[in-house]
Amino acid sequence: MRLKGFVKKETLQIIRDPSSIAIAFVLPIILLLIFGYGVSLDAKRIPIAVVVEKPGPETNQFIAGFRRSEYFIPKHMRTIQEAMKAMKKAQVNGVVWLRENFAREYHRKDSPPISLLVNGVDANTAKIIEGYVQGVWLNWLEQHGLQNGIHLKIPVQVGYRIWYNPEVRSRNYLVPGIIAVIMTLIGALLTALVIAREWERGTMEAMLVTPITAREIILGKIIPYFILGMGGFMLSFLVSIFLFNVPMRGSFLLLLGSSSLFLLASLGMGLLISTLAKSQFVAAQVSIVVTFLPAFILSGFIFEISSMPWPIQAITHLIPARYYVSILQSAFLAGDIWKIFIPNAVALILMTIFFIGIIHKKTRKRLD
Amino acid sequence: MRVMSRIMALIVKEFLALLKDRKGRLVIILPPIAQLIVFGYAATFDLNHVKFAVFNEDRGIAARDLIARFEGSKAFDLVANLQSDQQITPIIDNRDALFVLHIGQDCTRKLLSGGQCTVQVLVDGRNSNTALLILNYVREIIYRFNEEWTANHGLGTLPSRLDIRAWFNPNLESRWFIVPGIIALLSLVVTLIVTSLSVAREREAGTFDQLLVTPLRPVDILVGKAVPGLVIGLFEGTFILLLTVLWFRVPFTGSLLVLYSGLVLYLMAAIGIGLMISSMCSTQQQALLGGFLFLVPAVILSGFATPIENMPPVVQKITYLDPMRYFLVIVRRSFLEGASLDVLFNQFWPMAIIGLVTLAAAAWFFRHKVY
Repeated sequence: MRLKGFVKKETLQIIRDPSSIAIAFVLPIILLLIFGYGVSLDAKRIPIAVVVEKPGPETNQFIAGFRRSEYFIPKHMRTIQEAMKAMKKAQVNGVVWLRENFAREYHRKDSPPISLLVNGVDANTAKIIEGYVQGVWLNWLEQHGLQNGIHLKIPVQVGYRIWYNPEVRSRNYLVPGIIAVIMTLIGALLTALVIAREWERGTMEAMLVTPITAREIILGKIIPYFILGMGGFMLSFLVSIFLFNVPMRGSFLLLLGSSSLFLLASLGMGLLISTLAKSQFVAAQVSIVVTFLPAFILSGFIFEISSMPWPIQAITHLIPARYYVSILQSAFLAGDIWKIFIPNAVALILMTIFFIGIIHKKTRKRLD
Repeated sequence: MRVMSRIMALIVKEFLALLKDRKGRLVIILPPIAQLIVFGYAATFDLNHVKFAVFNEDRGIAARDLIARFEGSKAFDLVANLQSDQQITPIIDNRDALFVLHIGQDCTRKLLSGGQCTVQVLVDGRNSNTALLILNYVREIIYRFNEEWTANHGLGTLPSRLDIRAWFNPNLESRWFIVPGIIALLSLVVTLIVTSLSVAREREAGTFDQLLVTPLRPVDILVGKAVPGLVIGLFEGTFILLLTVLWFRVPFTGSLLVLYSGLVLYLMAAIGIGLMISSMCSTQQQALLGGFLFLVPAVILSGFATPIENMPPVVQKITYLDPMRYFLVIVRRSFLEGASLDVLFNQFWPMAIIGLVTLAAAAWFFRHKVY
C-alpha cells in the first residue's frame, strides 16, 4: 500500500516535468534517426585521382574498372603533382598512378607497378580503399589475361561468405548497437537525479521520518522509470525493424527479457550515481562522464573488443552495455544463441544486484 | 574598473561552485585523463588476436604453409582445428571464432599441377566492419603466399604489380587517427560538464534571479559563466595533448599556434552551446537532457568514428552545425599532415560563428526563460 502511494508520487513527478518523458521517447527517436540514416562505415563513391601519364588500350581498360565500380568516383588528372595537391586538400582520398613506361614494360612482361597512394590519416577508410583497389586490379588482370589468351595464374583465390549480414550493411549492426547506447542513456538519465534531488530539497529527510523502508524507496524509484524506459525500448525496437529494416532473427521474448535486464542495470547505475553524489549537480556531471562515452567506445558496438589490449578488455567487463550489445547483435542478426544469451544475461543480473545492493546499503545507513 | 572587478568576483564564484566540492573536483579532473588512456587503447579499428578456426581437408604442404602464415599473423589467433563442416556453424554462432578458414581436399595437388585452388573464408558478419577488415587481412596473407608460390615454382610473374603506399600514416595505425580525435571528444565533454548545468542549477536554486537584479549586465554574467569553461577546457586540452604526444607517441607535425587557435574557437563554440542549453532550462534534469541531446549527436556526426563522407547528403549538411566536426579536422590534420593555417582556414570561421550565435543566444535566454 505504502509502495503504491510512493509510486504514484513518483509518477506524478514524471508527468509534471516533461523532461523525463522526453528522455524516454524523444531521445531514442532522435538518436535512432541520426544513427540509422547518418552513420555508416560503408565507404562508397570515394573520390580518387587517376593519373595516366601515357594513355593506351591497357591503361584505358584498367581505368574503366574504376568507373564501373560503385566504390569510386575517379577524377582524371594530368600529373602526379596535381593529384598530390588534390590529396593534400582532401579533395581525393587516394591516387592511382600509371607511369609513362607502363604499357612498354607491360608488353615486355616486366611486371610494371601500378602505384596506389592512399591518404592514411583515416586508417580504417584507407584499408577499405586498399581492399577495393585490389579488387579492381585483380578483375582487370583476369579480364585482360582472358582477352589475350593468357591463362592467368593466381594460385590461391579467396572465396568468402559473410554470415548474418551477407550484403555487409553496416546499418544492420550499428542500429542494434545504438539501442544499447540509447537504453544506457534512458536508464541512467531518468534516475541519475531522482535521489540526489530528494536530498537536495530536503524531502529525503522528510521521508526518513515516515514508516517507508529503504526497499520501498528504491522500488518506488525504479518501477515508474522502468515502465517509461521499456516504452522507450519498444519505440526503438519498432523503429529499427520497420524504418531501418534491420532483420529480426531471434525471438522477441528473449530480446524483451534481456532488454528489461539491461534497463534494470542502467536504472541501477543511475540510482547509484544519484545516491552517492547526493547533489544533482555532481550526479549530472558524473552521468555525462560515465554513461555515453563508455557505452559508445567500450561496448564492442563500434570497436571490436577482442582487438583491444587485455587490461582494456578487462575494463570493458565493468560496462553493462558490453553484455547487452552482444545479446542485441546476435538477437537481431543471428537468432537465439543460448551460449551467448545466458552468460551475458547472468552478467547483467549480477551487475543489477551489485548496484541495487550498494544503493540499499547507502540508503539504509542514512535511515538509521 | 568597477565592472571588471564585479566580473572577476563572478568568475571566482563560478570556479568555487565547480571546484569547492571534492566530488565535483574529481569529476572534472579525473575522468578525462582516465578516459583518454582507456579509449586511446580501446578505440582502434586495427585487428589484433582475432580468433579463427581452420577446417583443413588437405594434407599437402601448400595448406600447411598457408595455415602457418595465418597463425604467424599478429592479427589472428588460431583457436580450433575443425574436423567436419558441421563444426563450422556452432563455432561462428557462439562467437568462439570470428572466421573459419576452409581449405578443400586437393588444394596442394591442384597447385602443384599448375592449377588454381579456392579457399573459403566464412566470416561472422554481426559486426560488418570487422568482417570487411578480416577479409582485407586474409587477402593480404593470400596475396603474399601467391607471390612466393609463383616465384618458387617458376610460374613467372604477374603482368603488373600493385604497389600500395599510405601517406601521413605509413603503417595505417588507426590509433594515430583516433587518439587525436579523443582530444576533441574529451574537451567537448569537459566543457559541457562545466557549462551546461551552471545556469539551470542557479535557476533551480533561485539564485539566478538574484544575479539578474545585481548591476551585472547579461554580458557580464555571460563572461563570468564562460571563463571557467574556457580555462578548464584549455587546461585539460593541454594535458590531453601532452599525453597524446608523450604517452601514445602520435607524431605532432603541425603548428601549435594553429592548433591552439582552433582549440580556443572550439571551446568558445562548445561553451556557447552549453550555456545556451543551460539558460533555456529551468531544472538541472532538463539541462542534463539538453546536454545529452547535443552531445550524443555532436559526437556521432562529427566524423570521430565514422567518416562524414559516408553519410547521406542531408545528414552531411546537418554536420555543418557541429563544432566538433571542424575541430576534429584541425586536430587530426595538424597532427599527421602538419597542415597549415591556409589549408585549415575553412574550419576556423564556422566555429567562430557558432560560438558567437550561441553565446548571444545564451545571454538573451538569461532573461527569457523558455520553459
